[in-house]
Amino acid sequence: MDRTLSYVDAVREATDQEMGRDPSVVVFGLDVDDPKGILGTTLGLVEKYGSGRVFGTPLSEDAMTGVAVGMALAGLRPIHIHIRMDFLMLAMNQLVNVAAKARYMYGGQVQIPIVVRCMIGKSWGQGAQHSQGLYSLFMNIPGLKIVAPTTPYDAKGCLIQAIRDNDPVLYVEHRILHFQKGPVPQVSYTVRPGRARVVVEGKDVTLVGISYMQLECIRAQRYLQSVNVSAEVIDPIWLSPLDTDTIVESVRKTGRLCVVDNGWSNCGAGAEIAARVIERLQGSREVSIRRLGFAPVPCPPTPPLEELFYPNGRTIASTAYDLVRGGAHDWLPEEQPELQEVEFKGPF
Amino acid sequence: MDKPPTDKISEIYRQLYRIRRVEEEIARIYPTDKIKSPVHLSIGQEGVAVGVCANLRADDLVFGTYRCHAYYLAKGGDLRSMVAELYGKAAGCAKGKGGSMHLIDVKHGVMGASAVVGTTIANAVGYAYALKLHKKNAVVVSFFGDGATEEGVFHESMNFASLKNLPIIFICENNLYAIHTHWSSRRKISDIYERARAYQIPAERIEDNDVLAIMEKVGHAVASLRAGNNGPFFFECMTYRFREHVGPNEDFQLGYRTREEAVSWIENDPLVRVAALVDAQVRRCIEAETEAEIQDAFSYAEAGAFPCAAELVTDVFEA
Repeated sequence: MDRTLSYVDAVREATDQEMGRDPSVVVFGLDVDDPKGILGTTLGLVEKYGSGRVFGTPLSEDAMTGVAVGMALAGLRPIHIHIRMDFLMLAMNQLVNVAAKARYMYGGQVQIPIVVRCMIGKSWGQGAQHSQGLYSLFMNIPGLKIVAPTTPYDAKGCLIQAIRDNDPVLYVEHRILHFQKGPVPQVSYTVRPGRARVVVEGKDVTLVGISYMQLECIRAQRYLQSVNVSAEVIDPIWLSPLDTDTIVESVRKTGRLCVVDNGWSNCGAGAEIAARVIERLQGSREVSIRRLGFAPVPCPPTPPLEELFYPNGRTIASTAYDLVRGGAHDWLPEEQPELQEVEFKGPF
Repeated sequence: MDKPPTDKISEIYRQLYRIRRVEEEIARIYPTDKIKSPVHLSIGQEGVAVGVCANLRADDLVFGTYRCHAYYLAKGGDLRSMVAELYGKAAGCAKGKGGSMHLIDVKHGVMGASAVVGTTIANAVGYAYALKLHKKNAVVVSFFGDGATEEGVFHESMNFASLKNLPIIFICENNLYAIHTHWSSRRKISDIYERARAYQIPAERIEDNDVLAIMEKVGHAVASLRAGNNGPFFFECMTYRFREHVGPNEDFQLGYRTREEAVSWIENDPLVRVAALVDAQVRRCIEAETEAEIQDAFSYAEAGAFPCAAELVTDVFEA
């Protein structure tokens, strides 16, 4: 496994391999066939598979999501791509009222194997409507699976799994993770739903980082190392179904949990994870918990405010430090520029 | 218009009579509370579903609305399974998990219905895209009401279906009201078919709740699609709901519409008009057979078991 790919190339390769394997896979969304090809993730597909299976759509997120559902009823496996997750707000009716419910509402007679790829933006002034991590809205809905891969390895394996899955899967990408490079096997493989990964082992505190915040948790782990705090870092990968067991076992060991959401904390994925851990460990293990996430405001584009809006490796480390040492220590590590280069090396 | 052959007329009568009587039976049973599902009866509007579906094969597909009894039956949906579904029984067409507003019969091409207005229009379009991609000969029919044409998804779907020349026929059942609100309070434009023409979709209005005219005109569209010509087609079928929006009763006492307005529609009832074209003895035979079938279906539903507790959590995801 010595081949290195970017996240973008991993996504493209997964799509290409599945389209080659299964003629029922189709790809569409705004601009999927334009010269930029969704940040490179769909480049070359229209030339290889034709405009019937790969096409740009009218600006109609609502209907095109419904079209995906109809295609799935007819036996296709559509991948509907949104270059910003914010655009999913135009697709809520079809996702929540139809895709999530059709199997149940029709007594198990139909299935909706759709993949909805969507991207979270950050930095360069993305602002309030190009930056939202809205996956927790969908975690509330039975019938939807949600995955937020953070490494090129998982990007490929989770996308292949999502395409082959016979239920609707929301595939959440983060724009900054697109630049990540890491080991990716050439062969086709899947990363199964409902299994988290312990990325770094530790004993003092458990850090759970969702989507891009996984990267910031790894940075936090390095900062904490410098003050002799041993952090365990967990990547949940799949948010629905969520691997509660792996997180609970980690917290049973460390007694401390810091969940870092790539969204707002209120009713967020972090809140759900924290609640599950407490439900399981109460009465048998004393546990301290903190949730971090976006500041409870719309995302501001101006750099100084945007910097404050997001948790980062240093603020996560500071929060975890207080959890471990108890009380408020006002410790904030010095910026270590080399940690900006943190990449996922594996092995997995 | 050429007069359809006698046996075709008899079949139309059978369909109209069957749907009317099934729904009258639902209305009769409803006060007993054995049917705990909001029912949106098609009484008065059956001619649209019957006229359209008279042209369809088993492998053609229909998508529709919460007012789904008529086209479910007209397309060949199983009657026993439908009534059992209304009763919430395990033998229902959706195992009791759908209810009156979500009837489905995949085997007969009835592909489901939504309680959210306009929603299935896009699903029908997606299905039609798949048919075209795989060069299948079947056609899709999308039923929706006049209210749906005010939803964004209607316009987005028209645009995409037109852009891709999809093998789909849009059927707008225009009964003038969205729940209790007359069209003139909701739109400036009275002619809905003109909206489809704006997307370069061949479109026309069929007046007078005329089942035979619907059958003929939609028949031409179906034939054109079967011959491999481009779709879509659009028909605005003028019709009228005799009962309340939801529930078994009339609702003229509410005052949003008058009995005077309804009179001309009721006098023009497609069931009565077609009955006049059918030989009395043939009619009596159809009616007797249908009554027996309905009695059987309701007995079947009454006798059936409710779903077991384990069914609560199955069918959310693939097992």
